[in-house]
Amino acid sequence: MTPHLWPCPLPHGGTGEQYALACDSGRTMRLLIVPALFDEANRLRRFCAEVMRRLDRGGVDSFLPDFPGTNESLGGLGDQDAETWRAAMTAAADHFGATHVLALRGGCLFTPPGLPAWHYAPVKGANILRAMIRARILASRETGKDENREALTGAAQDHGIVLAGHALGPGLFRDLDALAPDPAVAIITQEQLGGSGLWLRAEPDEDATQADALAALLIEGMQG
Amino acid sequence: MQDDTDLLLRRILTDVLGLKQGQAETFQADTGLFGHLPELDSMAVAGLLTELEDRLDIIIEDDEIDGEMLETFGGLLDFAKAKRTAA
Repeated sequence: MTPHLWPCPLPHGGTGEQYALACDSGRTMRLLIVPALFDEANRLRRFCAEVMRRLDRGGVDSFLPDFPGTNESLGGLGDQDAETWRAAMTAAADHFGATHVLALRGGCLFTPPGLPAWHYAPVKGANILRAMIRARILASRETGKDENREALTGAAQDHGIVLAGHALGPGLFRDLDALAPDPAVAIITQEQLGGSGLWLRAEPDEDATQADALAALLIEGMQG
Repeated sequence: MQDDTDLLLRRILTDVLGLKQGQAETFQADTGLFGHLPELDSMAVAGLLTELEDRLDIIIEDDEIDGEMLETFGGLLDFAKAKRTAA
């Protein structure tokens, strides 16, 4: 598994480079993994890498790109919106020659069109924002500052907002609030993997049984 | 109807804190949560409350969340039970 740079469209035209974790041996089965968003991305990253290792052993190449403005990306998160993120994942799928897509949690909002895909535990954008705004209100309250959801939401829609350390621009905030995963895409539920979702963990963790189960489902689906 | 709030809350804490099987069963009413467990920061608490809403089928308003209800297992359990009764 190696880091890999791929050409990604920039918000105002042109192309920049983004980073992806890649496991590429030039094989015919090639899976693009669209990561979860924000804190959930951190908590599921190790899980993604573990699944990629298993896919590799099962004869499948896989690619885990960064959303522009997140992880190793040099781009500003504040410059992003749903359009730049969707364009990024579509460009990544093209660049890596993906034949299939797995999106996790909030990543399911940005599944590139036109390829067979799975959504693992998909979630609405509004639900992600709801938890993040709650975290902000709790953290502010700890410092003696009283904030409320309506005022924060209004400010976020106009000027953007910092939620749990992520500086979201107004465009991305408004877009996320309205986005829901495509119901036509096949869903992989937590029950199919056993145990509880690793995105729930307060600290990032791993689970070999769940990684085995997800990799097996994907390999079977891709061979089908 | 038997009240399974206690059981569900212990399960959610197990999932959020990554506890081993049976570990949450040792939680007492005065077992400390927010402010006592370093991994339970504001984002983790927000996730925990969202999960509570989903699994207990309740809605928690932001202004209902206070330090007291989050401080101990007993405080959170009382809150969750009251919400379910009202729902």
